[in-house]
This record gives sequence, C-alpha cells and structure tokens, in this order.
Amino acid sequence: MADPMRIRAQAAGDKVTVRVLMAHEMETGQRKDSSGKAIPAWFIQEVGAALNGKPVLTAQWGPSVAKNPFLQFTLKGAKAGDKVTVNWTDNKGDKRSDEATVA
Amino acid sequence: MQSRRELLKRSAAVAGLLGGLGLLPEAAQAAWIGQAFEAKTMNDLAKALGVSTPVESKDVTITGPDIAENGAVVPVACASALPGVKRLLILVEKNPSMLCAMFDVSDAVEPSFATRVKMGQSSQVMAVAVMGDGKVLFAQKEIKVTLGGCGG
Repeated sequence: MADPMRIRAQAAGDKVTVRVLMAHEMETGQRKDSSGKAIPAWFIQEVGAALNGKPVLTAQWGPSVAKNPFLQFTLKGAKAGDKVTVNWTDNKGDKRSDEATVA
Repeated sequence: MQSRRELLKRSAAVAGLLGGLGLLPEAAQAAWIGQAFEAKTMNDLAKALGVSTPVESKDVTITGPDIAENGAVVPVACASALPGVKRLLILVEKNPSMLCAMFDVSDAVEPSFATRVKMGQSSQVMAVAVMGDGKVLFAQKEIKVTLGGCGG
C-alpha cells in the first residue's frame, strides 16, 4: 500500500477548495537507469473524488503528471463537516483512498 | 441433470464473483483511454476522444509560469468560465504523449483544476474544454523550460 495522501478541504462561502498531495513516483517509462535499461512506467491512471460518499469527480492521468502529484479542485454546495474522499488507481493496479473533513 | 435455470443462476454467480475480484478484463481497467494518451497532435486526440476539433476561445483559461526552471514540476491550472463543461484536459504539446490529465466534471465540481505537470522542453501548454453541447474549446500558453523533466 502506498503512503497516505494529504488532503485539505477548506470552506469559503458555499464553495470548498480541496487540495490533495499524493505520494507516488509517477515514473514515465522514458527514463533509463545507470545500466541503460528503461525504467518501466508506473503512474496514477485514475483519480476519483467523492463528497459524502457521492462521486463528484473522475480524472484520467497520463505519466506526464509530476511526481508526488498535487491536485486542487473546488466543490460547489459543500459545507464544513462534509466528508471528502479521494482515491487513485495506478497502472499496476495499486489503489489508495483517503478521507478528510471539510474545515 | 441440472435444469437450465440452475445453470444460469450458477454462471451469474461466477461472473459476479469474477467481477468482484477484478478478474474480468473490462472491470480490471475500467475507463482509462490509452489511445487518447498516445495521441501526438490535437487532431489525433480529438479523434481518440470522439470529439470535434478544438477551437480557440477566450472563455477557457490556462495559467502557469512564463518560465519554468525545472521541467519536472511545472504548476499549471485550467479553468472555464462557461457553464456546461463536461471535460477539461491539460495538454503539453511537445511531450512524448500530449495529453497530461483529463478531468470529468460533474455538477458538484467547478470546471477549474490546478496540478503540476512534467515538461520535456519549452512548449505550448493547452487547456481544452469539452462542452455538453459538443463544442470543443481551447486556450494555450507558452511555457519556457530551462531544465527538461522527461528524460534521464
């Protein structure tokens, strides 16, 4: 299991800004190691977010998203105390899901 | 001898089990559009996604630095001022695969995202918005990179 995500969700009016920092190598498959062999690609392919258990966002990512990806998005109609869940799946099938409470 | 009904029931149960374990191919790799991530030009990409060719628009914005010192971490943000956006994409024109990230927007999310991308060299960076009515709009911005972030 990969390291946990850091999620911050802050309410401002009726909008909630969510900032997520994921821990992932995001290897592109383009780089070579010291012996000249290509390092296989390893990156997050799918990202999802849910508000109080209801899916609100899905994203598909390529290998060109930077290492330890950062993502910021804004939820409408959310308020303090709501639960925001973020999950990802990488190309090796590894998954991670983390939850945060809107502050 | 087993009845047809019993057989059907059993095969449905087995299929459900396989699906639950993620053993069925379509369940294992849900919706990742590999084709779109292989596209090299905007036209190829539009074709892979089954949308019309993008038109430049002022209602879509892409923000990022003018000069990025480190191509491995370039902060970019895309947004659309129009309602009815279905999908927002971030593209880096000269990367080995042009498409960087694709966000499917629902009603509960603003069409505005910020993330960090890798860039191999100085290039145009684009935000593409696929609208609910089939229109495809884009905005672009040049970001100069002093140190590439794709090679080794």
